Amino acid sequence: MDFGRISRRHLLQGGAALTLGSALGVRSAAAADMTVGFIYVGSRDDYGYNQAHAQGAAALKKMSGLKVVEEEKVPETDAVEKTMESMINLDGATLLFPTSFGYYSPHVLKTAAKYPKVTFEHCGGLWTDKDPKNAGSYFGYIDEAQFISGIVAGHSTKTGKLGFVAAKPIPQVLRNINAFTLGAKLANPKATTQVIFTGDWSMPVKEAEATNSLIDQGVDVLTCHVDGPKTMVENAAKRGAMVCGYHVNQSPLAPKAYLTGAEWNWEALYPKFVKMIQSGEKIPNFYRGGLKEEIVKCSPYGEAVSAEARKHADDIKAQLVAGTYTIFKGPIMDNKGKTVIAAGTDRGQKDPELEKMDYLVEGVIGATS
Amino acid sequence: MADGTIGLWTVPLAVFGGAIRVSTPFLFVSLGECITERSGRINLGLEGTLVMGAMSAYGISYLTGSPWLGVLAAGLAGSLLGALHAGICSLPRVNDIAVGIALMLFGTGLAFYLGKPLIEPTAPRLPAIDFGWWSDISQVRAALRINVLFLLGVVLAPILGWAFRTTRWGLLIRTAGESSDSARAMGYSVLGIRLRATMVGGFLAGIGGSFLSLFYPGSWNEGLSSGQGITAVALVIFARWDPMLCLWASLAFGGAAALGPALQSVGVTSGYHLFNAAPYILTLAIMIITCSPKRTLTGAPAELSITR
Repeated sequence: MDFGRISRRHLLQGGAALTLGSALGVRSAAAADMTVGFIYVGSRDDYGYNQAHAQGAAALKKMSGLKVVEEEKVPETDAVEKTMESMINLDGATLLFPTSFGYYSPHVLKTAAKYPKVTFEHCGGLWTDKDPKNAGSYFGYIDEAQFISGIVAGHSTKTGKLGFVAAKPIPQVLRNINAFTLGAKLANPKATTQVIFTGDWSMPVKEAEATNSLIDQGVDVLTCHVDGPKTMVENAAKRGAMVCGYHVNQSPLAPKAYLTGAEWNWEALYPKFVKMIQSGEKIPNFYRGGLKEEIVKCSPYGEAVSAEARKHADDIKAQLVAGTYTIFKGPIMDNKGKTVIAAGTDRGQKDPELEKMDYLVEGVIGATS
Repeated sequence: MADGTIGLWTVPLAVFGGAIRVSTPFLFVSLGECITERSGRINLGLEGTLVMGAMSAYGISYLTGSPWLGVLAAGLAGSLLGALHAGICSLPRVNDIAVGIALMLFGTGLAFYLGKPLIEPTAPRLPAIDFGWWSDISQVRAALRINVLFLLGVVLAPILGWAFRTTRWGLLIRTAGESSDSARAMGYSVLGIRLRATMVGGFLAGIGGSFLSLFYPGSWNEGLSSGQGITAVALVIFARWDPMLCLWASLAFGGAAALGPALQSVGVTSGYHLFNAAPYILTLAIMIITCSPKRTLTGAPAELSITR
């Protein structure tokens, strides 16, 4: 070890860990067999992304022998390393869930190398063989649920115009827009999706303006990919439009307007992870899944959804769960007329090409830049 | 038009509707700050006051079921924060700008802390008055659903301008702002005047916050203000401390905020980041056009710490 690199901070941290470790060692062993740490980038009750993770954490709190520690609004900077170190050294956490995309590189990778006995499960990152073995990345193919939302939206629209309020044109967002549109076209080949990018994950005024502009253009079913869909859902319902939710179930906000929605199902996945660790099983470093693996789910249908739409959506959902359906199946053209997936090419969910998506499919009105 | 769409007319209509929908918080905060700054003090903490107002309005509306009580609570919370600012600034050798920054952080932090349990519940919202009954185009009707608070703000601006010019109170506030020595020589307490001016300013900013959470965008969450309070404070300088100009500037900012999404909705997709930045580009442009190296800002109260 290079002693020249031991800083005063490391010494202090080490000292603190030693003292607290000896003081708390007995207590933590008696109170909990395992401590799990959750780190959120935003507020944990945002009716959206972070809340979905917090619901997963809440599911762990119900399990016996588990202690859950949480910290919210941790920026994607050095701050997250400090939070992770304090959870490891002071709370004795042995399993960490840093849940924001930007935490992964370099922060999780650096901390994982430093604490080889702690397990790091990161949401959204792309784990590769070069990364520490005690780190891993998991994510859900939520575009499957968006595809189902699209089918329901395509059946429900009267004008054939759908709207999508999106934050930024990054692959995950584009994949949701495209899956939603492909689903809608399955139900109504003439359907189009108008997309508006607000520029950031939480911009309530812009989201409300985007919602109003879309409805002014004749859009009558809206969905979104922003951190907190509450603004879009409530403003669209106020104008009499229908909505598909995102991240968590927003139907209590607008029970009449809510058709269905694409939700995370972390409350099913996280207990599964913990049970795997407790039984000594290794969690795969690269963990992905969709409806079949119960990582994502669809909100229950709202009262406005027709029997025909329910039947069509349920049918495709069953095929997705059985693993016999491919959403991104060639030929697929982008909205500039270029073929992006050639005829005969099936891009299955696990195809890494899909995680690099940089186009909008035919039927989407909008541009990525 | 037969299919219920209005094509490119969406853009001017959205800018018009946006000017009405988005401008109200700007209007209330800038009118409030106008009063405070005219008395010779800058309250940068109005961003915190705005957020605190939004949170208290939502909370009280949720608990009592009356959105108007929420508006009142927002105003009271705002004047309390105003009183705190004025109280600290009354102490000798305290810098009002530094206190303002501290109170901005305090106000937002306190609102986030107290507002945690309010993110999920749905509170009763303020009603809108339907001014679009004459039109059978649904888009026009939607743009003309106007909240009373906006109308109050529009009426308040000329009244405030008139009050500064012709009333005794207006004169006192201006005296405290232009020359505290004169006010003192006339036997008035400068600190007392500023305390009241800051409290009224806080009251108005709080009401601006209640509009955010109870009307548009119409819910409480932590990203709600995203800097609108601080923009409104800057807007006062830009409006040369004139309430009527504050009104026009607020409307321009509201309309500019609607421009980006509206252009994307009609298919103008290139450079949306630029259009989203329209309000700030507008500010820079007007600042550059109107500034002059040969004189200080016209209309600036002489006692303000930035002009002294």
